[in-house]
This record gives sequence, C-alpha cells and structure tokens, in this order.
Amino acid sequence: MRDVAIVSFAQSNAESEIRSEVEILQPVAAEAISQSGLERSEIDFTCSGSSDWLQGQPFAFVMALDAVGSWPPIKESHVEQDGAWALYEAWVKIQTGEVDSALVYSFGKTSPGDIGLVQAIQLDPYCVTPLWPDLDSLSGIQARACLDAGIVTERQMAEVVSRCLRSAQDNPHAVRKGDYSVDELLDEPFEVSPLRAHDCPANSDGATVMVIMAGDRAKDLCERPVWIRGFDHRIDPPALGTRDLTRIPSARLCAEKAGGADGRLDFAEITAPYSHQEVLLRREMGLADDLPVNLSGGSLAAHTLMSCGLNRIGDAAMRIAGGHGDRALAHAAQGPCLQQNLAVVLEGE
Amino acid sequence: MSIESLVKNAKPLRGPHVIEYPFRRSCGPILSRFFSGLRDGKLVGIRSRTSGVLVPPAEYDPETAEPLDDFVDVGPGGEVVSYAWVSKPRSKQPLQHPFAYALVKLDGADTGLLHVVDVGGDESKVSTGMRVAPRWSAERKGDIHDIEAFVPENEAVPAPPVMKVDETPVGSVLTPLRLEYDFTAGKEQSVFLRGIAEKMILGAKRPGDDLVYVPPRGADPRTAEPTPEFVEVADKGTVVTYSIVRVPSENIDFELPYVCINVLLDGSDLPFFHVLQKCELEDVRIGMRVQASWVPDDQLEPSVTSIAYFEPLDQPDVPFDDIKEYC
Repeated sequence: MRDVAIVSFAQSNAESEIRSEVEILQPVAAEAISQSGLERSEIDFTCSGSSDWLQGQPFAFVMALDAVGSWPPIKESHVEQDGAWALYEAWVKIQTGEVDSALVYSFGKTSPGDIGLVQAIQLDPYCVTPLWPDLDSLSGIQARACLDAGIVTERQMAEVVSRCLRSAQDNPHAVRKGDYSVDELLDEPFEVSPLRAHDCPANSDGATVMVIMAGDRAKDLCERPVWIRGFDHRIDPPALGTRDLTRIPSARLCAEKAGGADGRLDFAEITAPYSHQEVLLRREMGLADDLPVNLSGGSLAAHTLMSCGLNRIGDAAMRIAGGHGDRALAHAAQGPCLQQNLAVVLEGE
Repeated sequence: MSIESLVKNAKPLRGPHVIEYPFRRSCGPILSRFFSGLRDGKLVGIRSRTSGVLVPPAEYDPETAEPLDDFVDVGPGGEVVSYAWVSKPRSKQPLQHPFAYALVKLDGADTGLLHVVDVGGDESKVSTGMRVAPRWSAERKGDIHDIEAFVPENEAVPAPPVMKVDETPVGSVLTPLRLEYDFTAGKEQSVFLRGIAEKMILGAKRPGDDLVYVPPRGADPRTAEPTPEFVEVADKGTVVTYSIVRVPSENIDFELPYVCINVLLDGSDLPFFHVLQKCELEDVRIGMRVQASWVPDDQLEPSVTSIAYFEPLDQPDVPFDDIKEYC
C-alpha cells in the first residue's frame, strides 16, 4: 500500500446560497490548492461528488469544472455520491501508481428545492417513491424502531443534539449552534414524531475541497501530514423493509475493515444526520462511550448534502494536523437510514 | 444603464423551475405479479431462502442473489413495525391530513412494506404493533396507489370485488416525477440576464486577460480564477457551428425545421447558443454573419428569450481560419 496524506482542506457552508455552484466552489478550491503548496498543474487527478437533482441544474457537475480549471485537459472523474466516495476513488487511483496527487471536491446546493422530497427519488421507484416519503419520515421510522428496541432513548437523542450544538460554537462553518440544555430540547414540539426539528440535519449549501498526496512529497508539503491508514466502504440492501433498521451491518463492517477497531482512537467524526443515528453508529462501529465524537458539531450543525461526509474527514484531518489528537476515525454515510457507509482511519505523522 | 450600475444593483435572480418526467416503468415478471395482485385486491410476497417472505416481492434473494419465483399470498392484515408521524403533509404525499408513514409487516410476510397509515389525523390512535389492513382504492389500476392507506384492522373493509376480471398481467407502472425548485441564477449570470433586459449582452473576464466569456460562468475555465470584470459585447457575430432541428419539443415555439447556431459574438471568446431565423436552410453556413433580433422594448425581460432570434447580416463571411479555434 502507498502512504497517502491529506495535505490541505477547505470548506464552505451557508444556510442558503444565492451564488451558482461555480461561484460557491471557486474560492474554496483556490484556498485548498493554495494551502497545499502545489501548483494546479502539479495535481495529477481530479475527482468530485455531487448530484444535479439537488439544485435541479442538469450538468451542474460538468459546469463545476470551471471552478477547478480543466485546461489543458485534466484527468477527471465524478461520482454521484458524497465527496468521501470521490476521495476513495482518488485514493485507489493513487494506489494503482497511475497518479501521485489528487484534488477531491464536492458541493451541494439543496436550498432551491424541497430536500426531503428530492431525496425520495433515490428510493425504489416502483413501490416507494410514488408514495413520496421524505427523508425525515424514513429516519423517523428508524428512530422509533431504535427507541422501541431500547437502543436509544429520547433523552440520549437530546443529549447528542445538546453536545453537538455546543461543540459547533467553536466551528465557524456551522450554520446551527448554541447552548441548549437537554430539558430545553425535550420541551420542543415534534417535527416528524419521534423526531424534533433539532434531531434532523441542519441543511446547508456549500462546497468542500481536499488535496491528497502520496509518499515523501506529502512530508515536504506539510508540517504534519495526516496519513490515510485504512479505507473501506460498504452498502446495505436497498429495500427498507428487508433491513433491520436498528442495525447497520455496512457501518460495522467498513469501520472494522478500515482499522477502526484496532488500536487507540483519540476521536471520531461521523456522519449522523439524525440524532439517534449517532447512538446507533457508535454502537455499530464499536466506538467507546467516552470517545469524543463530532467535535465539529457534525450534520446537526451543518449538513451540506454531498459534502458532509468529506467534511467529516477533512475536519478530522485538520484537527490532527493542528496537534489535537493523533489517530481518528472519520465516517461518511448516504442513502435512506444510513444505507451506505464509508470509514477512514487517519493518523498524524 | 451603465455596466457599473448593473453590477452594483444586480440582486441575484431567482425563479420557479420545474423538472418533470412522465416515467412509465416496465416492471418485469416479479413486480408484475405484485401489481396485478393489487389490481385484483390481493397481496403477494415471494419466499426467499435467507430472509423469509419478502413484500413487495424481490427478483433476487437479498443475501445470496438467487433468483426467486415462489409466490406466497400474504395479508391483507398485518402489524405496524415502526412509523413516523407526519403532522404537516406535503401536497404530493398520499394523504392531506396528518398521517403516519409506516413499515407494515403483513400476515405471512417477514419484511415490512412501506406505506401510509390513516387514523383520521389522530396520532394517539397509531402505535407500534397495532393491527392494520388496507383501505383499497375504489378504482384499482395495478400500482402501489391501489392501496389508499392502511387503516386500523377493525375499520377495514374487504377489497371491493373486481367487476370485470382483467386477464392481462400488469406490464408497466406510470410513476410521474415532478420536482419544483426556486432556482437561483448566481451572481454573474444574474448580471448577464439583467443586462439582457437592458438590451446589453455582457461577458466577463479575468483582470489583465483578453478572453471574454459569454455568458459569464463564475470562473475562467482555463485558470479557475474569478472573472469579476464585465464587458459589453456586440449583438452581432459569426456562426461557428449550427444544427438543423427537425424534431418537435415542448416549450419550443419555432416552426420546424429551424436552425440552432453557436454564434461567436464580436468581442467575445465563447460561442453563444441561439436560434437563426429568416434564412433558408440551404444558406446556413459556418462563417456567416448574423445579428440579434430583439423583442419589442416593452417586452424585454432578464431572459435569453428577449433575443427573439438571430438573423443574417449582409456582410461578407468570416474566413474559416479566423474562427476555426471556436468551431
């Protein structure tokens, strides 16, 4: 395996954006490239993650290339997935030896549409999408299954929210933050029972850009390279009724394969858009009860769809690069009720 | 209006935007049995080796991928496995008063079917484990909406008998998709569109550079740097390529056949897409000079349709060598 390090990272999240995708992405890409210490022409491969359905702009994913530059022609690829999966493709491409460095980016602009309904079109188009279940409702079904099974309590859900929103006060990229007591949160009305509004993701518009580099060159580029030590992604079956929604085998497996179960973790950054999912994922991925999770505030503080998973990885990497920990698990999830999961273990030099 | 004041005052534009596809999906032999069953007021699942009886029936075993063909009658009653309460239904959701989305495990099935539960808007009447049964649609067509909703079992009535049995299996289902957006045009595109409403075609460029992009795209595609300088370009230009359209399309008012052109406006470096009129089809050629024909001033809007079309300009053709880079 080739050693690959995250050498720079930049993100932008806003409650809603009036700028075009290119206008959102351009300054973030410029910042990440400048921080990497590389010239744009020195970056061998470009890989992105986005979905045109979110903003209803066909071929937004192609137009976005203007923001990173594509002349002279570049080697480029795209996944209709969170940018974390684009990072996986770039990492694999480096493993093949074909390239040494990569620019990974993602963006999501969900404010122009009804994100709950837009996400319904990823479901079974014969029997499920025609009923237009929004994602909050599907996650509510999962939350109730977890409550009924005793895996999580309403109080624990509020504790997750309270902690994440308090941590988010230190995160300039958070769009929802504040100091709320658990009791205060439990007094709030239900949005989609058993979920309250704060149990649901803080939807935002934004972009994320990361530069990765193999081997010794990474050591030259940054003071403390953050190395990718393990990387894996898995998927559970698509039919909601076939899954036991209180278990996430794909999360368990990818965390294990990425090496999350071996050795010490100092913290974790995970994609848990709904509060009960943090409790569920901690249990599935074998994270210790006292392990700090989502010091960024996670998706409850800023949830830029298609970028949030890559943001968790970048937030974890920047924390390690800044000397606040040596080894961390970062996780991305997509699909209804945590159907698709990705885990990466990061370690500082 | 000057370019400066346009740029300064241009509040980004937003407007309604709809994406709509009238999908008709062929359903294959397995779902055909399920939908034909619904049309007849019956529910069927399929037996799998690893996961028991699946409803809706799946084509393959979710664990082993073995093909499945052992159909089993299930329901019509069942129990709520889990649910979420929707207090503010959206207009395209199946019920317009508060209801529950739920996974319903039908009698004889091992997996939950996602559907809605109607308890008359009273959340206290729904619970995990409650017994429910379908409320069938009066008119059944062979799709998931043949069940209007699941209701408490004691309120359910049996499926109304089929008046005339349809022997033809359901081959496809209509699953229309319509998504509505409040689309935002972005900053530079908004300046461009507001310019159009003033009968000005604006491009943008990088400071210190000569290349002008029309419409502006938010960044220079060669360097990925911002293009904050706006420049007015001519409404005359040169055809760099074209295509003759003979296929009708919704939202297109031009009489068929008509010509689409990529026109390199004088002063710009990015061909601009529009329609050519007042020109015989056999006369269209690369290098020909054309000019925008604007709608009357009182109809000008921030939209490229404010240019009604382009028309030939009585000027000599531009030699191919001068435009080949743009063709």
